[in-house]
Amino acid sequence: MTERVKPVNVEEVESVVIRFAGDSGDGMQLTGTQFTNTAAIIGNDISTLPEYPAEIRAPVGTLAGVSGFQVHIASQEIFTSGDDPHVLIAMNPAALKASLGELKPGGAIIVDEDEFTAPNLRKADYTSNPLEDGSLAGYQVHKVRLTTLNRHAVEGIPGLSSKETDRSRNFFALGLTFWIYDRPLESTLEWIDDKFKKNPAVKEANRRALQAGYHYGDTSESFSTRYKVKPAALPAGDYRKVTGNEAVALGLVTAAALADKPLVYCTYPITPASDILHFLAPLRNFDVRTYQAEDEIAAMGATIGAAFGGAFAATGTSGPGLALKSEAINLAVVLELPMVIVDVQRGGPSTGLPTKPEQADLLQALFGRNGESPIPVLAMQSPADGYEAAIEAFRIAVRAMTPVMLLSDGYLANSAEPWAMPNPDRLPPIDVRHPMLADFQDGQPFLPYARDPQTMGRPWALPGAYGLEHRIGGLAKQPGTGNVSYSPDDNDRMIRDRAAKIAKLAEYIPLLEIFGKPTGDLLVLGWGSSYGAIHQAVDKAQQSGRSVSAVHLRHLNPFPRNLGEIMDQFDRILVPEMNLGQLAMLLKARYLKPVISMTKVRGRPFKISEISAKIDELLG
Amino acid sequence: MSDVNQLTRKDFVSDQAVRWCPGCGDYAILSQMQRVLPELGIPREKMVFISGIGCSSRFPYYMNTFGIHSIHGRAPTLATGLKLANPDLTVAVITGDGDGLSIGGNHLLHAMRRNIDIKIFLFNNRIYGLTKGQYSPTSLPGTKTKSSPLGSIETAFNPISVALSAEATFVARTVDVEVKHMGEVLRRAFEHKGVSFVEIFQNCIIFNDGTWDPVTNKDVKDDNRVMLEHGKPLIFGKHRDKGIRMSRCLQPEVVSLSDVNPDELLVHDEYSENMNLAFMLSRMAYPELPVPIGIFRQVEHPTYESTVLDQVHAAQQARGVGKLKDLYSAEDTWTVAAQGVNGHDDHRFTME
Repeated sequence: MTERVKPVNVEEVESVVIRFAGDSGDGMQLTGTQFTNTAAIIGNDISTLPEYPAEIRAPVGTLAGVSGFQVHIASQEIFTSGDDPHVLIAMNPAALKASLGELKPGGAIIVDEDEFTAPNLRKADYTSNPLEDGSLAGYQVHKVRLTTLNRHAVEGIPGLSSKETDRSRNFFALGLTFWIYDRPLESTLEWIDDKFKKNPAVKEANRRALQAGYHYGDTSESFSTRYKVKPAALPAGDYRKVTGNEAVALGLVTAAALADKPLVYCTYPITPASDILHFLAPLRNFDVRTYQAEDEIAAMGATIGAAFGGAFAATGTSGPGLALKSEAINLAVVLELPMVIVDVQRGGPSTGLPTKPEQADLLQALFGRNGESPIPVLAMQSPADGYEAAIEAFRIAVRAMTPVMLLSDGYLANSAEPWAMPNPDRLPPIDVRHPMLADFQDGQPFLPYARDPQTMGRPWALPGAYGLEHRIGGLAKQPGTGNVSYSPDDNDRMIRDRAAKIAKLAEYIPLLEIFGKPTGDLLVLGWGSSYGAIHQAVDKAQQSGRSVSAVHLRHLNPFPRNLGEIMDQFDRILVPEMNLGQLAMLLKARYLKPVISMTKVRGRPFKISEISAKIDELLG
Repeated sequence: MSDVNQLTRKDFVSDQAVRWCPGCGDYAILSQMQRVLPELGIPREKMVFISGIGCSSRFPYYMNTFGIHSIHGRAPTLATGLKLANPDLTVAVITGDGDGLSIGGNHLLHAMRRNIDIKIFLFNNRIYGLTKGQYSPTSLPGTKTKSSPLGSIETAFNPISVALSAEATFVARTVDVEVKHMGEVLRRAFEHKGVSFVEIFQNCIIFNDGTWDPVTNKDVKDDNRVMLEHGKPLIFGKHRDKGIRMSRCLQPEVVSLSDVNPDELLVHDEYSENMNLAFMLSRMAYPELPVPIGIFRQVEHPTYESTVLDQVHAAQQARGVGKLKDLYSAEDTWTVAAQGVNGHDDHRFTME
């Protein structure tokens, strides 16, 4: 792109983990996203971990206000956003302080030196300047006068305010990062042109900042090595990048289309689930009818009403919202109507950690309702997996006439990875049948709670069907008619039938597949977003000759029917979870297995190294 | 589809035995509902009754239409979702003063604010009946109940004022024993396009018998209530000798017709966009003033669900019916060729 003015080494690396960190107003999410997009387009495998505070704008320059975006790019297939960053780009002292603990020893730090002023150091609780006191001796520190350099770069643009001048410095940092990793600027330049087309001064400033950052890399003596990360050998196909929330939304839209139904998505804004609503709301031309209800309960009630009316109905929430929805979910259980509830788990209890992940809603999802109230529970295991998980959730809901819970979490929701887009024309349709009066000739009555012998599901008869008028409700029922009944026999029958209906889904869901040998010393058994860390840790252990395999549960209720047999073939079973051992408890209770529970409730996903260390500890 | 002209009262009677207390005001409401529905010209299979919890909420079981007996206070939420899924249905919500104004107060407000085309019938007996006699949000201060042995110390909600404040487009009040009036109000409520809110004074014979006596007792009712009629002056009294006039401080006052010129009397206007008159009427209460019975307000606004559907149709007109392939590739895409060799394919699809 430019003439080389200094000698530069080019080093090829398989993967690199970069963390962009700055104040929440510094545009770090945007910077990280642009870097990721470019990496994806040139063919790297990618995985990202955005981290931002629950506050929209915490006081500027403080630790509370630090917003980070970690991206892992690689020339081979990767499954996580990386354990510890190799490179930290810190836009101020608070960003350095908040992220330094996780940086790999010997890793590179690029800082905006201009920001290391006495007041800013104080805001970040530094008593001395880390750039001068030797505390960063174990790292390669690149001090860049980023603010000053950027001001020179954008100087003289007519109509650009001084605030806008400094706001463009994230593009300078991005340009420099592009230089270091030998990435083209075109995709980001196009994006800037489109995004800021209505504001020519800001557009020009961002363009210049990006290019100036890149040229700075070319000319500055501080940077003498560039790193190349070759395209990854991903399976052939057409790809795009998706976050977990986007993938779930795409899955919901697709499921409705496969059944030729409108999607009615009723929800109440809650972090970290709201992006599903944001993604769906503009899709009116897909007959997506989004509804922002007055509260979580109303969102669940409207979902039930929409299901009764024959739509593909879904809601999305997070733990505190799920708690509010539980009474209405129970109504859906006894009405036996199909719908999907997405729970994007966040740290709890109570308001907890709104922007951080946890897997501690598992027992709430399974049991958090009064009475005997079984529902199918599925968990997605990676961001892109949300697509298939959401479609499967609807298939199960319609098959068994039941609400289905799909568990995601704050990590999956906001992380992105490449998604091999399927051809939607080749997906099997979701077969939905609504009975008509003509189906009940020869004096055979229509019974709203007659059960299909295969699935035990009841008929989904819709208002508007002549002659099939019927009433359903939350009171105990007579089998068949669904009429109110307080008879002990009727109550016993209905409760056991509903439980059997859910248990019977074990015949429908796929068998578990084992990663590794079917017998061995250790089985690592996980669910949800720990998939990536477990998979890579077990892969590594297998390569070093250890007798360890892994299985990952998509279905938490019912369990796959070969789960017990698989566990029987291993000496020990390790269950890592981002809670205090909820799945472990279920496995012990159900299979009487002495599983080893590994727990983490730090608002951060498992690292590969943490799982690896546990495997090493157990296998000696 | 059923022949709507052939429908009779009997077609709306379900096979379930009615289990309200003998003498309950709910019987009269059920009976009027079953009498009015065949006259609406709506096929029975397109009607859905949704209720919450409470004595009144058993209503759907007795109607031979589609129905859901849901959970406490949430009927408007189910009705909303149902209308979003299928706006062609006629959806009625049956609720009470506890179900609708206490546990479900929030949903009631927002259903009215959104102008969802649902018909809300709130049976107000000023007591919790099914839980055996606690005070409700419409119980008058001083009401002695099991949970308020010293008399209720709470200010009572006025359901009509609540509905108007929540921007309901059809607001009316009727009385369980006034069957003819009730039938007319029910019919008007169903014919309105938009949310309808009807407060029905309903007597709980067990726990709050006689709570509406001042406006239902034959001997006194005509002196204690005023029937609202569009375009007519507000005249009442056993001998129709009293009227309502606005004072110079804009307060309603009772005047004797022999003392005033009829032109000075307040004239009712159901259709005024400005709800000041309706709200003022809603504040008139026994014993200071006669209680207004009838239709307080009826205005036409776009309904929520029809607007959603309009957006769907407009989007499909403008952009075509959505195709999944286009949706998937609305972001930057790239192609990985069979041997893992990378082909750059920087197609950019923009979503309008």
